[in-house]
Amino acid sequence: MPHFAKPAEGSWTEHYPELGTSPVDYTDSIDPAYYEAERAAIFRKTWLNVGRVERVPRTGSYFTRELAVADTSLIIVKGRDGQIRAFHNMCRHRGNKLVWNDYPGMETSGTCRQFTCKYHAWRYGLDGQLTFIQQESEFFGVDKSAFGLKQVRCEIWAGFIFVNLDPDAQPLADYLGDLAKGLEGYPFGEMTEVFTYQAEIGSNWKLFIDAFAEFYHAPVLHQKQAVKDEADKLFNVGFEALHYDLHSPHSMISTWGGMAPPKDPNMVKPIERVLRSGLFGPWDRPDIEGLDPLPPGINPARHKSWGIDSFHFFPNFMLLIWAPGWYLTYHYWPLAVDRHLFETSLYFVPARTASERLRQEIAGVTFKEYGLQDANTLEATQSMLKSRAVTEFPLCDQEILLRHLHKTAADYVKEHADAAR
Amino acid sequence: MLPAEFGSLEPFSDWILATEPERYAKRLASAMDQMQAFYDAAFPLLEPALAHLDKFPLHELPEPERNLFHLMQSLVMVSFPVEVWKQPRVPDSGATWLDLVVEPRI
Repeated sequence: MPHFAKPAEGSWTEHYPELGTSPVDYTDSIDPAYYEAERAAIFRKTWLNVGRVERVPRTGSYFTRELAVADTSLIIVKGRDGQIRAFHNMCRHRGNKLVWNDYPGMETSGTCRQFTCKYHAWRYGLDGQLTFIQQESEFFGVDKSAFGLKQVRCEIWAGFIFVNLDPDAQPLADYLGDLAKGLEGYPFGEMTEVFTYQAEIGSNWKLFIDAFAEFYHAPVLHQKQAVKDEADKLFNVGFEALHYDLHSPHSMISTWGGMAPPKDPNMVKPIERVLRSGLFGPWDRPDIEGLDPLPPGINPARHKSWGIDSFHFFPNFMLLIWAPGWYLTYHYWPLAVDRHLFETSLYFVPARTASERLRQEIAGVTFKEYGLQDANTLEATQSMLKSRAVTEFPLCDQEILLRHLHKTAADYVKEHADAAR
Repeated sequence: MLPAEFGSLEPFSDWILATEPERYAKRLASAMDQMQAFYDAAFPLLEPALAHLDKFPLHELPEPERNLFHLMQSLVMVSFPVEVWKQPRVPDSGATWLDLVVEPRI
């Protein structure tokens, strides 16, 4: 008997009949040829979030983003006109990487008036225009206006910067659709205190999305993290979400999460009781506009036990809104069929006091304890999938977002292959 | 190094570390009895420390107060090993790492 109402069809999965209910083939996470197809069909065709506008606060603020999955590196920069643009990080003279420090493969950021190539000092304005050629008279009539940096589509939604390598892609707002629209008005711009973590993970990029797209694992994998009685209760009850919503290619899960503040303080660790904070963040909401009422897309079931909404914007961006008034992002940047760079950032309203700052500290520290367990499990999964001893796996109703992810990726790959015929 | 009323924590001044990577490295390099001793001394002073530190603007902490703040960040860092894991490393985390690359500095 479910604790929370399901759709009339009897399950979330059957509410979306195109998903089916049969076991899912995970060859898509170990096959190198399929990975190559994903790179072309997905990562060169869809909108990819590369960060927040707060990373480029002033004219000339820039950062680079390595996109190994598309064999390129991008510069994201704020121009004199206030517009944020993205360019391939490549000098037009002989292809040297334009912006980097010490190690060409490492990302960098800063503020500048123009970009100067380390190799032959060709210079580019913040709008990408070529402005200076060293010993220009030695060249054979190079038209500077035709040799600007190669621009990449770059659009902003709610302060999130997205790029798209496909010049013919639909506008960002159309791509993100209704799920994103329902979040507009959330005070992301007030939450500028950032903690960012990175890890290189020995698994296919989809496997980590799988891990964070379901909470079915939480009472089991993380049971040692709660005090004993609470862990036993969670384990026996299992997990059910409040609500799921699919707007292909994107999706969301809405869940309870009653630990902020906990009903009984004895449910949490001693230090959490003193600090009034933990995995679910500081227990007391920050005093800012925009959190009450929340935008309509958040807590869509309007449930009083609501704790977290987790949005997956295809392909590799997840956005988690937490009831106590902060948010978190996940990015999964593929490096190979069995390797990806995982990035997560926690965003809080800036602390004014030591207490507020330590409440963020314990949220970050706790996140890392959980994240390490999640990440290590993935390598164990990848290594066994590779054996191909079993290739099809039964997914339950609480794993609907996984079923949707693997189907969506397959649809993109198929559509791309069909178009090439 | 610390405000006078927190002088009992001076023996643990090697936990005055300004960044998470330093605090995490020290946690992994410490034995459980070392972390337990630090926790046992510092935890009862957490509430008094918060009350004391909150009298100052966060970004204008005098040096002794800033040291006390970093010590309390280290207390948060050792809380999982001491309160939950009973070991420095996260169980079942194997060779996996998760590096903090951006944090607000005090």
